[in-house]
Amino acid sequence: MQDFLTSINYNGWVLPALLIIPLVGALVILIQSALARDDGTLAAAPSARWVALITFLVELVVSLGLWWSFDPGSSAWQARVSTAWIPQWGARFDVGVDGISLFMVLLTTFLMPLSVLGSWTSVKTKVRSYYALMLILTTGMIGVFLALDLLLFYLMWEIMLIPMYFIIGVWGGERRIYASIKFFIYTMLGSLLMLVGIIYLWMHSGDPFTGQLSFSYDQILQHAAVSSRAALWLFGAFFLAFAIKVPMFPFHTWLPDAHTEAPTAGSVILAGIMLKMGTYGFLRFALPLFPGAALTPWIRNLILILAVVGILYGALVAMVQPDFKKLVAYSSVSHLGFVMLGIFSLTLQSVQGALMVMINHGISTGALFLLIGMIYERRHTRMIDAYGGIARVMPMFAALLTLVSMSSIGLPATNGFVGEFLVLLGSFKTQPWFVLFGTIGVILAACYLLWAIKRIIYHRLDKPENEHLSDLNRRELLMMGVLAAAILWIGIYPAPILKRMERSAGNFVEQVQTGAAASNAPRLGMRRAR
Amino acid sequence: MHFDLSVPAQLSAALAPDLVLSVGAMLLLLFAAWKAESEQRARAVGVLSIWLCVITAAIIIWMAVSGASADGGVIAVDNFRWAIDLVILLSTIIALALALDYARTEQLVTAEMYVLVLLSSAGMMLLAAARDLIMVFLAIELMSIAVYVLAGLNRRSSRSAEAALKYFLLGAFSTGFLLYGIALVYGATGTTNLSAIGSHVTEASFSGAPMLLVGIGLLVVGFGFKVALVPFHMWAPDVYEGAPTPITAYMAVAVKAAAFAAFLRVWHEAFPGASGAWLPVLWWLAVITMVVGNIIALAQRNMKRMLAYSSIAHAGYLLVAIVANRYTNAGASSLVFYLVAYTLATMGAFAVVIAVDEPGERRQNLNDYSGLWWERPWASLAMAIFMLSLLGFPIAGGMGFFAKWYILRAAIGSSHPQVSLAVILVIASVISAGYYLAVIIYMFMRPRAAQPVERRPLGLGTSLVIGVSAAALLIFGIFPAGFVGLTSRSQPTVQTAAQASPPIAAAHRQ
Repeated sequence: MQDFLTSINYNGWVLPALLIIPLVGALVILIQSALARDDGTLAAAPSARWVALITFLVELVVSLGLWWSFDPGSSAWQARVSTAWIPQWGARFDVGVDGISLFMVLLTTFLMPLSVLGSWTSVKTKVRSYYALMLILTTGMIGVFLALDLLLFYLMWEIMLIPMYFIIGVWGGERRIYASIKFFIYTMLGSLLMLVGIIYLWMHSGDPFTGQLSFSYDQILQHAAVSSRAALWLFGAFFLAFAIKVPMFPFHTWLPDAHTEAPTAGSVILAGIMLKMGTYGFLRFALPLFPGAALTPWIRNLILILAVVGILYGALVAMVQPDFKKLVAYSSVSHLGFVMLGIFSLTLQSVQGALMVMINHGISTGALFLLIGMIYERRHTRMIDAYGGIARVMPMFAALLTLVSMSSIGLPATNGFVGEFLVLLGSFKTQPWFVLFGTIGVILAACYLLWAIKRIIYHRLDKPENEHLSDLNRRELLMMGVLAAAILWIGIYPAPILKRMERSAGNFVEQVQTGAAASNAPRLGMRRAR
Repeated sequence: MHFDLSVPAQLSAALAPDLVLSVGAMLLLLFAAWKAESEQRARAVGVLSIWLCVITAAIIIWMAVSGASADGGVIAVDNFRWAIDLVILLSTIIALALALDYARTEQLVTAEMYVLVLLSSAGMMLLAAARDLIMVFLAIELMSIAVYVLAGLNRRSSRSAEAALKYFLLGAFSTGFLLYGIALVYGATGTTNLSAIGSHVTEASFSGAPMLLVGIGLLVVGFGFKVALVPFHMWAPDVYEGAPTPITAYMAVAVKAAAFAAFLRVWHEAFPGASGAWLPVLWWLAVITMVVGNIIALAQRNMKRMLAYSSIAHAGYLLVAIVANRYTNAGASSLVFYLVAYTLATMGAFAVVIAVDEPGERRQNLNDYSGLWWERPWASLAMAIFMLSLLGFPIAGGMGFFAKWYILRAAIGSSHPQVSLAVILVIASVISAGYYLAVIIYMFMRPRAAQPVERRPLGLGTSLVIGVSAAALLIFGIFPAGFVGLTSRSQPTVQTAAQASPPIAAAHRQ
């Protein structure tokens, strides 16, 4: 496989191709729509979803090569492509992957075809625009994970906001307008302050020999010279942007609205991929760039406290939700709390665990949202009360919901276990007290999910509307089968994934710790103060 | 080529574009008056006016490429002037194209409209060149008087008449401030030439001169009126709402561009020595203009009024560039870049307003845009781009992002970093998301009106303006390098030989 990939110079074009393929698909749909004389309903334009599906499958196949071409023994950027873009400002089109972003990219390309299948019949109006937006969104999301230039990163970070805003606002539920604008303004407030931070950082990124300013991640990492006071403010700006995206308690209030009102595929993408951008931002930017500020004891403790509060608060609020989709939305707050705990505990295992939780949460929560979408299409309600005993009429659905819930709870032999266990294990070395509270979150997760599935699929089948629900069709079984396979594979044999992320995670931990040590010892460190 | 401005022939040569435009406008006026007024004749005047602007632009580009320069004198011959001239001509061409369509739907048969636009543009170009307070005053008057008439052009509309009267009275009032300010500055320094004033005004001489202080203050008020800074903005919403839509677009863009160009030149050539006095004032004016403009815009339901408040907020952003320019050359280039992006986005937005409107300007409410996506999908898409561009959103908003970025960069990158001003700018643009996104929400996310209106065919001019502006915004929003290169060279030349002020920092330059 590797020989084949080398023979086609795979590493030289794969990353730009991943960014361009979705745009080509979007362009095809756009041309269709310019030529068409209809109103773009599903009946009139069924081909748009095929275009989207095929594009995403091509994207998936192309991205899978990364699994083999990626060299687990190296923590350097791989498959890097870098060309000039705005030379006057030192901005480049610079993309590459390491063991952290690799899995985020693969997660994205894996979930996108499933999202298309998930909206196959449920999106009925303006079908072309819907799929075109999903394709554009994909370019933005992959771009965020690949960008090694801060300006490019910022552009990608912002660009994905627009398609998601439209997906929620046009195809969402009843309170979609409120949810979409809340989502937009929250995210934008955070990211604009980050923009000020990026400009400030860029002004101080001058190469010590040539004085050339640059947005290059490597150059800023090496040469950025800001005072520790400025670093504190800069960390604050980056923190706000990422914490809103994660979302950390108390910046999470946009999430339940957006996740609940979004159409099924929108929820899958939001929970599965977009939340990871926040934690990815911490891993890639906030911590390595400002290690001194991030590891200041009061800041670190505050963030750890917020992470643990998020774990417990998300779980407790999820427990009392009558709406199943909202329950899953709050469970995301809880799961992402584990990720933050893992990242800020800063041991190899906890960081690897955090990365695993990021992947697993994408798979399990994506699967849960897809399952909710399936029963919503049949019954047009998401209220847990409206169901009961549907295991009798929908046995396959019940089986899959149980499996996915187990994985979300973190039962051994499912993927959820691997991640949360590693986070708790790794964090225990440095932060035992926080781990103690975090573990309670695992128990609470069992409570709210088991209680919910008990009320949905077990009990008596006492509602006449539920008696004639049809079980999953072949398309739905295919989607869920793929997800179930992923759940079990990662749960049983996570070693190949862990192997590929190990070097980068270790490198991250080391980088942050030495950086913090250097900035805490003034005049000895490499960082010049101006 | 180098001009010696003390020789009349060479002075005229340096003013060639302005002269071509003015003389051409006079000839067109004669042409229009030669025979009885008819619709064809008015249209012909309109089309010829566009060509006249194109010719003028060609002359300007030729002079810019040939590297024309001059020292001293009453007018400037530098890249900053050419850049602003091109922005003015771009918005003039767009406004004329829109006016051609507008005249047809509103059944306005007035050839003078086009000629007045041309005369006003000639005044603006002169303003961009002026390097003498008398010239500034003359140019502002030439520009404003034509615009007063234009605002009241729609004789059948009482709102149009109200707009014209309001604009005239308040404009005349503000001219009084300006003139009195000029007189006091002359009294304090004995000259009206900007560079001569600049060499007189130093920190030392300035501290004991209340006359100069009052003069500068009055000039701030005068300019504040022209560019509609809060609290001198009260006229703008009423005038913008009442004036015919193409004229509103023209006022919102061209008048602002020209006045800001003069603002920058006067302040940075004549008064750098007194910056201790005016910098805090401008700083605060920028802050209130950004914040108040955006907050009031949130409450607007009429599109033209909303865009009026939006243009007030943008004046605040531009003022940030002026403040930043005190310490870095990037201020002027960011001003030019911003004006180009702002011109395209605002003109495009007004073009969509014209496209959606019904005869008699009856369809301008935000509610009328409900479900526009179903009625006019491409115009809605373009409008979304314009709104995002004004918001300063990257990629989807095209150049709008780099425009804001450029100003932020100038503010943060100057030798006295204006980080707090940058943060306020950013927060103000988050507020502005409230009303720019509202337009998008109405167009895309609300259901259509119960009785869909009949779809009026779009005029060629309007559709071209919408399409070309949207495409240009997007293209230059992804590949801004060329534009950045052009604007970074469009600096005003400062002629003061012995500048007593602290030197402009050379630390942070690309």
